[in-house]
Amino acid sequence: MALTATGSDTPTRTGRRLSVGPSLALLPFLVFVGIFLIIPTVTVIVQGFLENGRFSLSNIETLFTGTVMRALWKSVVLSASTALIGAVIGAIASYLVVSGNPDGLLRRGAVSLSGVLAQFGGVTLAFAWITTVGLGGMLQRALEAAFGYDVFGGSGWLYDMPGLILVYSYFQIPLMVIVFLPALNGLRPQWREAATNLGASTWQFWKEVGIPVLTPPFLASALLLFANAFAAYATAAILVSQGQIILPLMIRAALTSEVVLGQQNLAFALALEMVVVVAVVMWVYNWYLKRAARWLQ
Amino acid sequence: MTESPARTERGTPVELTDLTRVYGSIHALDGLTLHIDPGELVALLGPSGCGKTTALRILAGLDRATSGTVAVGGRDLTGVPANKRDMGMVFQAYSLFPHMTVRDNVAFGLKMRGRDKAARNRRADDMLDLVGLTEHGGRFAHQLSGGQQQRVALARALAVEPSVLLLDEPLSALDAKVRSQLRDEIRRVQLEVGTTTLFVTHDQEEALAVADRVGVMNQGRMDQIAAPADLYANPATPFVAEFVGLNNKVPATVDGGRAQVLGVSVPVIEGSLSAGPGIAMVRPESVTVAEVGGGDAGNARVTSVNFLGPISRVYCRLGEGDGAIDLMAQVASSLATRLTPGDPVVVGVEPTAVLVVAAP
Amino acid sequence: MTGSPSVGFRVFRAVFLLACVAFFALPLVAMLDFSTKIPATGERTFADWQALVTNDSLRESIIVSVELAVLTVAGMVLLLVPTMIWVRLRVPRATRLVEFLCLLPLTIPALVIVVGIKNVMAWVNYYIGDTPLALTFPYIILVLPFSYRAIDSALSAIDVKTLSEAARSLGAGWPTVFVRIVLPNIVGGVLGAATITVALVLGEFTFGSLLNYQTMPVEIAAIYKVQARAAVAAALASIILIAVLLMLLSYVSRDRRTREGRATA
Repeated sequence: MALTATGSDTPTRTGRRLSVGPSLALLPFLVFVGIFLIIPTVTVIVQGFLENGRFSLSNIETLFTGTVMRALWKSVVLSASTALIGAVIGAIASYLVVSGNPDGLLRRGAVSLSGVLAQFGGVTLAFAWITTVGLGGMLQRALEAAFGYDVFGGSGWLYDMPGLILVYSYFQIPLMVIVFLPALNGLRPQWREAATNLGASTWQFWKEVGIPVLTPPFLASALLLFANAFAAYATAAILVSQGQIILPLMIRAALTSEVVLGQQNLAFALALEMVVVVAVVMWVYNWYLKRAARWLQ
Repeated sequence: MTESPARTERGTPVELTDLTRVYGSIHALDGLTLHIDPGELVALLGPSGCGKTTALRILAGLDRATSGTVAVGGRDLTGVPANKRDMGMVFQAYSLFPHMTVRDNVAFGLKMRGRDKAARNRRADDMLDLVGLTEHGGRFAHQLSGGQQQRVALARALAVEPSVLLLDEPLSALDAKVRSQLRDEIRRVQLEVGTTTLFVTHDQEEALAVADRVGVMNQGRMDQIAAPADLYANPATPFVAEFVGLNNKVPATVDGGRAQVLGVSVPVIEGSLSAGPGIAMVRPESVTVAEVGGGDAGNARVTSVNFLGPISRVYCRLGEGDGAIDLMAQVASSLATRLTPGDPVVVGVEPTAVLVVAAP
Repeated sequence: MTGSPSVGFRVFRAVFLLACVAFFALPLVAMLDFSTKIPATGERTFADWQALVTNDSLRESIIVSVELAVLTVAGMVLLLVPTMIWVRLRVPRATRLVEFLCLLPLTIPALVIVVGIKNVMAWVNYYIGDTPLALTFPYIILVLPFSYRAIDSALSAIDVKTLSEAARSLGAGWPTVFVRIVLPNIVGGVLGAATITVALVLGEFTFGSLLNYQTMPVEIAAIYKVQARAAVAAALASIILIAVLLMLLSYVSRDRRTREGRATA
C-alpha cells in the first residue's frame, strides 16, 4: 500500500526531507490504527460520560457504588498478588537459570518455555487447572488417594479468587522470567569481581551492588505484571462462568445482558475505569524508570 | 597523594611458585614461577590463551590454582578468599558500579573496610586528584569516556592502599591515542604510590613501555623475563624474539660465536645455535638498505614502501621463487622516499648481536 | 566468579527449578490424562481426540481460526512492513509516532477495545457481510506490538538507509529497494512476526466470545459443557501447536542473533 506513493517521488525531490509527499505513504497505517484502535478507545472514553446522548456523570457515579468498588478492589488484589508472586518467583527462577552456564541448555530452554507459557491463557489454561485440582482432577485424586486430603475441598475455591490467583501465576511467573532475564544479564560479572576484589563479601556485594542495580528493573517488571493481570479476561471468563467478582467479568455481564437497559453504558464506564487504571500503572512504570534509575542508559 | 617516587618500601614482594591451572584437558598454566620485587611493575606479555590472565586471576583469588602457591609479603595466600586479599584490580572495561557516582565507586573499598564516610570521601577525592578527575566525582560511569572510566577504576583500586595492584588488559578497550596516554599515566601513578604491580597485556609496545621487567608467556609457561631493553636485545627463544617484534628470519651460519648473515659477520647472543646453519632473527631497524645505481642488480628488490613519518618501512625480497626471503627494514624516510617498488637494492644487517636458532 | 557455586546453592537451585517444572508440567499432564481416560472404567481412549475432525462445529471453528490466522498475518505484513521501512527511509520524524501507536495495544486492554468497537464492527459487517473473518481487523491491532518488535529488531540489525542509498546510487528505484534489497534482509523478523501472530490468533478468546463469533477457543469452551473430554483434547492440541510455533520462533530468533554476533566479532 505504501508503495503507491513511490511514483510521485522523483530523485530530484529526495533532498527535501520535510515535504509532505513521503508522509502520505503512512496514511494507510494511520487510518487503520485510527479506525480499529483509536475510535474504539475514544468511544469508550466519550460514552463513559454520556447518558442518552448528553453529558452526564451518572455512569461515573455508578463506578463508586458498592458492587463496582468491590469488583475493582478484587481486581487490584488479584493483580497485585499475582504480580508479587510472579515477580518474586520469576526473579529467583531467572537468577537460578542464569547462574548456570549462560549459553547452556537450561537457560535456552527456560527462555523458550517462558515465551510459550507467558502466552498461555484463556480456555486451555482454565481447563488445565480444572483437570488438575478440580473435582476429579488428577492431583485432586492422587492427593485424596495418598493422604485422604481433598484439595478441591468442595468449596469451589478454584472458581473464585484463590483459583484465579493460582491460575494467573501460571502465566505471570514466565512473563517475569522474560522481562527480568535481560536485566540479570546486565549484571556484569566484573561488578561481582570488582566488589570482591575491593573486600566485599557475597552478602555485601548483593547489599551494595546487586540489589540496588536490580531494584529498578524488578519493580518495573512487577508493574508490567500488574497491568498484565489487570487487563486479562479470557482465563477468568472460562474459570468463573457466572458471577462478577472482578472488573473484567463485570464488563462481560454488562455487555451480554441485553435485558437491563443502561447496562451498555455501564460497560463503557467500567471499560473507562480499566483504561484509567492501566494507564496510571504504565505512567508510573515510565516515570519510575526515568526517575529512580537516572544512572541507567 | 604526595608520596615520592622513591618510596618503594611500602611495596610488597610477590611470589608465584610453580603454578598450574588445568581446565578439563587444557593446561592454562603449566608450572609458572614469578617473583616480583617490592614496588616493581612486571608486565606479563603473551598471545591470548597463554595463561597470563589466569595467573593474574589466581593472584587475585578470583581463580584457583590446581597446584602451586601464591605468597604476598611472605604470607601464603592459598585458601584466603578474594575479598580478604587486599589487592586492587583494574579490569578490561565496564567494571564501575553503574548506580554509584564516581566518588562512591572510588570509596567503595574503604566502605567495605568500615571507614567512616568523611574519611572515605576525603581519600576518594585525593585519589581522583591523583588521576586528574577532580571535577568528576559526582558523575555516573556512563557519563564518562572509556579512558576516564579506566582512570576511575585505577583510583578505586588504589584507594584501599592495596599490597598489590593488578591490571588486567586495562587499555585494550580504548582508542590508540587514549591508550598510549593512559599507559604513561598508569606508570606515573604507579611510580608515585610505589605499589607492587602486575600488568597483563597482549600488546608488546605497551609492555615494553611501562614495565620494569617484562615476562613473555607461551602456553602456560614463562619463556623469558627481563628488563625491556634486555628482552629486546637478547631474546631467549624464537617465540620471544617474534613477540617483541624481531620478525625478520634470515638464513645464517654459525661458527665460533659469530654468524654470517647476508654476508655480514655478527656476534650471536646467548642461547643461540652453537654451530652450523640456522635462522637469524633480525630486527627491522637492524636491516640495512642501500640504493644501487648504473644497472647493478643488487641482491634484492623493493616490493613496497610504507611511509610512517620520520621513518619508513621498506619491504624487500631476496631471490626468486620458493627460496625467496621477505624482509622488512625500518629506515630513514629520506632514503625510503627515493625507493619505488621494483627497484634493485642491496640489503644487509647491522653488526649487532643476533639470536640464531635451528632451522625448522 | 570465585570458583563454582557451593553445594548448598546447587541443591537449592535443583529443588527450586524442579518445583517450577512440576508446577508448569502438572496441569498439562492432567489435561492429557483427562482427555484420554474414561472415568468410570479407567480405560484409556483416544476417541475424543478424533472429535477434532469428526465434530462438525469444532472442525468448522478450527477452519475459521486458521483462516483468521492467515488473513491476520497477510494484513499485518501488508500494513506494517512497508510502513516501517518507509519510516526508516523517508520519514524518520514519524518513528516515535509509529512506535507509540504500535505499542499502544499493550496499554489498552483487549476488553476495552471490544467494548468500544461495536459500531466499527457494525460498519465492517455492512461492507463484508456478517462473517467471523471480520475479526481479522481487530486481530491485526492485537498483534501489532509483538509484530512491531520482531520487525523492528530485524530492521535495526541492518542499516536500511545505507543499503537503500547504495542500491539507489546503483540505479534501483524505490520498488526495487523495497522488494529486492530491504525485504530479503528482514525475512527472519517478518517470519517471527508471522509466527507470533498465528500463535496469538489461534488462542484468542476475548474478541471471539464477546462479539459472538465461533472461533476455535470459543467453540472449545462451548462444547466443554457437553463433551468435556473432547474439549480438553482440543484445548491441549491447540496449546501444543501454539507451543511448537513459539518454540520455533525462539529458535529462529536465536539463530539470527548468533549469526549477527559472529558478524560483529
